[in-house]
Amino acid sequence: MESSSHLSLTRRALVAAAAATAGATTPEGADAQPASAGNSSTDAGTPAMTSVSLRVNGELRSLELDTRTTLLDALREHLQLTGSKKGCDHGQCGACTVMVDGRRVYSCLTLAVMHEGDEVTTIEGLGQPETLHPMQAAFVKHDGYQCGYCTPGQICASVAMLEEIKAGVPSHVTADLMASPQLTAEEIRERMSGNICRCGAYSNIVEAITEVAGRQA
Amino acid sequence: MRPFTYERARTPAEAAAAAARNPGAKFIAGGTNLLDLMKLQIEVPSHLIDVNGLGLDRIEATPEGGLRIGALVRNTDLATDERVRRDYGVLSRALLAGATGQLRNKATTAGNLLQRTRCPYFYDTNMACNKRQPGSGCSAIGGITRHHAVIGASEACIATHPSDMAVAMRALDAVVETVRPDGTARQIPMAEFHRLPGETPHIETALERGEFIAAVTLPPPLGGQQFYRKVRDRASYAFALVSVAAVVQRDGTGRVALGGVAHKPWRVEAAEGELTRGAKPAMAAILGGARPTHENAFKLTLAERALASVLADAKG
Amino acid sequence: MKFDTPATNNPIDQLKVVGRPLDRIDGPLKTTGQAPYAYERHDAVRNQAYGFILGSAIAKGRIDAMDTAAARKAPGVLAIVTTLDMPRLEKGPMNTASLFGGPEIQHYHQAIAVVVAESFEQARDAAAAIRVEYVRQPGRFDLAAEAPKAKLVPGDSGEGSGAPPEERVGDFEGAFATAAVKLDATYTTPDESHAMMEPHATIAAWEGDKLTIWTSNQMIAWGKRDLAKTLGIPAENVRLDSPYVGGGFGGKLFLRADAVLAALGAKAARRPVKLTLTRPLVANNTTHRPATIQRIRLGAGRDGKLTAIAHESISGDLEGGQPETAVSQTKLLYAGANRLTSLRLAVLDLPEGNAMRAPGEAPGLMALEVAMDEMAESLGMDPVEFRILNDTQVDPEDSERRFSQRQLVECLRLGAERFGWSRRSATPGQRREGRWMVGMGVAAGFRNNLLMKSAARVRLDGQGVVTVETDMTDIGTGSYTIIAQTAAEMMGVELGQVRVRLGDSSFPASAGSGGQWGANNSTAGVYAACMTLREAVARKLGFNSAEAEFVDGQVRSGNRSVPLGEAAGADGMAAEDQIEYGDLAKRYQQSTFAGHFVEVGVDAATGETRVRRMLAVCAAGRILNPKSARSQVIGAMTMGVGAALMEELAVDKRHGFFVNHDLAGYEVPVHADIPHQEVIFLDEVDPISSPMKAKGVGELGLCGVGAAIANAAYNATGIRVRDYPITLDKMIARLPELA
Repeated sequence: MESSSHLSLTRRALVAAAAATAGATTPEGADAQPASAGNSSTDAGTPAMTSVSLRVNGELRSLELDTRTTLLDALREHLQLTGSKKGCDHGQCGACTVMVDGRRVYSCLTLAVMHEGDEVTTIEGLGQPETLHPMQAAFVKHDGYQCGYCTPGQICASVAMLEEIKAGVPSHVTADLMASPQLTAEEIRERMSGNICRCGAYSNIVEAITEVAGRQA
Repeated sequence: MRPFTYERARTPAEAAAAAARNPGAKFIAGGTNLLDLMKLQIEVPSHLIDVNGLGLDRIEATPEGGLRIGALVRNTDLATDERVRRDYGVLSRALLAGATGQLRNKATTAGNLLQRTRCPYFYDTNMACNKRQPGSGCSAIGGITRHHAVIGASEACIATHPSDMAVAMRALDAVVETVRPDGTARQIPMAEFHRLPGETPHIETALERGEFIAAVTLPPPLGGQQFYRKVRDRASYAFALVSVAAVVQRDGTGRVALGGVAHKPWRVEAAEGELTRGAKPAMAAILGGARPTHENAFKLTLAERALASVLADAKG
Repeated sequence: MKFDTPATNNPIDQLKVVGRPLDRIDGPLKTTGQAPYAYERHDAVRNQAYGFILGSAIAKGRIDAMDTAAARKAPGVLAIVTTLDMPRLEKGPMNTASLFGGPEIQHYHQAIAVVVAESFEQARDAAAAIRVEYVRQPGRFDLAAEAPKAKLVPGDSGEGSGAPPEERVGDFEGAFATAAVKLDATYTTPDESHAMMEPHATIAAWEGDKLTIWTSNQMIAWGKRDLAKTLGIPAENVRLDSPYVGGGFGGKLFLRADAVLAALGAKAARRPVKLTLTRPLVANNTTHRPATIQRIRLGAGRDGKLTAIAHESISGDLEGGQPETAVSQTKLLYAGANRLTSLRLAVLDLPEGNAMRAPGEAPGLMALEVAMDEMAESLGMDPVEFRILNDTQVDPEDSERRFSQRQLVECLRLGAERFGWSRRSATPGQRREGRWMVGMGVAAGFRNNLLMKSAARVRLDGQGVVTVETDMTDIGTGSYTIIAQTAAEMMGVELGQVRVRLGDSSFPASAGSGGQWGANNSTAGVYAACMTLREAVARKLGFNSAEAEFVDGQVRSGNRSVPLGEAAGADGMAAEDQIEYGDLAKRYQQSTFAGHFVEVGVDAATGETRVRRMLAVCAAGRILNPKSARSQVIGAMTMGVGAALMEELAVDKRHGFFVNHDLAGYEVPVHADIPHQEVIFLDEVDPISSPMKAKGVGELGLCGVGAAIANAAYNATGIRVRDYPITLDKMIARLPELA
């Protein structure tokens, strides 16, 4: 071997100094020392446990969780509500979309412990196979899915998205910011762009949503 | 993600005190960037202070005729506010061009300002990065740089700032209101809030240790026509290759700030006099001294042409 | 059942259930989140621990040492298995890169350890504490730089696309030299990632020396065989279960590290282990569609008839890997007496290149069908007419061999009419709508139809309920539904009377999901099993099986009529059979065809290209369910938009890895990129293909789309981009001056 170089890596070693940088909503100096310099109970890597109560699909659920548990993992692993999917775990796909207090969010990018007392609606709360929500029924009718993995996220997002239009929230493609947003295909496509479907059911999903929106109007 | 303890602060004073008690602490609001980075151990706080309960979520008129936006106002709510839509269209448009409905529902005004770069070498903890580990080097230089900075970069870092909102705020001459740990307030103009990388790319803003963003203030409305032109590969849910925030008056004068070209929202006030002469001279002045890589030199032409289309739209 | 003569009239031809656009039977489960994917099988086994895979930080070299002391002491950690704990594991015939074991690093993010802990959070944190000492070796990461050293090799995608190292018909060089009109152009396609929404995931549990994995895999029988081989245990001790697969596109054809490391982790921890590849690991740890450099030379007379066709492709892979068979379709698509194709393979130290949806044809047509567009322009011909003029009804390399069905001309003609092709300006850059420069493009779609053995078991119970069991998978393709339709048609029952159980290796081995062969072959296997069951039922009732009719839940013969449930009796009946094929595929060329039509707008200022309209006209045999088949096609068209306009794994040629290894960096189309899409299926049955008279369609929908988009972008702007993806940076310098 002509030019071998020794390289020793742990991810932790490489990032230890990252603590010296300013981060999201973080005052720059507050973290000017490595995490391990802190006096909190986590020095030895011991998980911090905390209790949290959520109202999930109308039912109060109390959990004892590692603070690191995302809302998504609390739903999937602890409450075994696996309808919400983990596609990327980094807010880049939309498969984990749920509604918190009526607003759609990515449940992978929020901690369960931050939702004490919140009302969480998942795909399981919208409808069951025998009692489909109108949006679920429209997805079936228009074949608005293929592998089904992004589907619960698409459906939760679309239900909340229609409420956003009703509430007058504009979008990137809204031509006149001062007018009420319209329910056009272009608006639906832009507003649903936070939910990726690699199977490519988009054209059918827009038809499903349009039908439900038309019925609602 | 390293283990951390967690507490909810109810007042700014409580939050400041908690930060003072916990040297490894970070504040968390929307969490959409912080948790992303914590999962990769790029951020490793030992304590999180949840500031969502601080009540900094209002948008109020200022005596000067502007708006004061609470640090915790969500991007959706800011973009939807009638005063913002009417008087600060460039800001509403920038917010709506950024991220997705789900992210805007969570992301806050302060958090948006404090977003960290999307440089893939910053995100890959196997790669050297001066931002993650000062002194380790910059893997992006000489690597894949299509999305990277074309101006204001350094030998230590060529990352860009990913925010759209901040670009509009820069064009509007917004001011960041902060509270220091000792309780004193200070006002940081957007022009000075984000820093160029220089030799210390890990220091990204003007915030001092323990300093807390309380609000962002917008001066009185500028009038004119307001644009936010974001250029990207796919039609939505993507970071800008280049974005142009512009406020153009009837007489052709105006302001321009660029996103996607530098480590901070890029605005050169002195160049704005050229706007009446057209996009080419204006952009030549705005991006004078640019040092692109061979992969991202297109951004110079792109910025000029995007501005030209904005100016054409302004003429109607 | 051996299928060796063309199908005649059979029960499928009733088309009471088959051929109808029925809703998917798995729809209510999928839309309510009740369909269980691999990582979600809380029900499958108790006491599951969590695994987390650590990927290599270097692309080539070896590991000198691994220090796991801190990780082992981390809270909740149950076991750690590192690649140094064992020699390099055996691999299955489908794998190129080693999946685990030994110190050698072949590619970035190669799995080097698995940490098992009580919780996901603990396993993830502990994995980051493992200290690794690497010895880096120089690697070959730049396809263009290695291309001159690439060797001629044969290629077989394993999915119906293949070619010899070099194939010549007639005298290409002579004909090309004297051709009146010529094209000689080189096209490149980038590395692409499957980017399915469900990352690879597995739960593994040992019971003594027997292993069960609940996983996400397209090809159950391959997976069982290869997992057994990799772990060095008998195949009969391995069971796979994969009833729902959150997308595969070829990325889950083969055994991958998730299954191997879940099994190893579970063994070490003496607990069932669940794990998934994290999204940042997917691009570099698994497989991808390899980049290509394709040179195409076309020669034609002034009359537009092709006289010389050459297509030469270079791609790269790890040592021992396969070339991307990008020239395969060029052997069959157009007439022309003098032909040359060749495949070259460069050795690269990037992650393993392997099959991704329509391997070979997808990138091959992105080049060939742009070359055809360029040639039509040089000839002053309409691109639709140019293609029609050069159509062939026989294998151009063997004029005795006909296509079983070939309606490419009909696809193009009907598509042109429906799309309003006559409104296209032959001169590019003529149509402007506001800020948009608008253009139309066309391309032919072509994909072979593959025949694969496929087995099924069909049960009939005392209530007349029909249950089908086969290890076939439904990766979004609609397998559940078309299999139920087939069984309902064959047994004469309502669709609601049929249950379908898939994806379990304890069921009869099917064709599996790959190469767009799944629908035709797996339903043909169900057909065979149903025929056997029908005979058994008739025999039991003393009916002449040739005369027995299965209608409305009854078995009828003469004036006797017996309800199916009664015929089955309280104990029920079952039959198992498989479809096997004779030499029809040798005697006839079996392929599927499409005409793809696209309209794009290109922003005159910025060069952003956005698709405005899309139409695919497909000829692919009998369409078993027009609703789910249409979805397959629009989904493929969407993937084609990605390939044409945005998808590219960016290679860091210094460090040797795909840099944009997440879904923010690797952009695939989102809702806003995709307009309303139209699909037309030509009325076609192909009795040569199988008793179902069907062919595949799921990959056809992708084949040619990228070129149609490229051609539309050219028609809009007059700018020809030959390097995919067609991003604005490749256009902007050539866009018109702005006012």
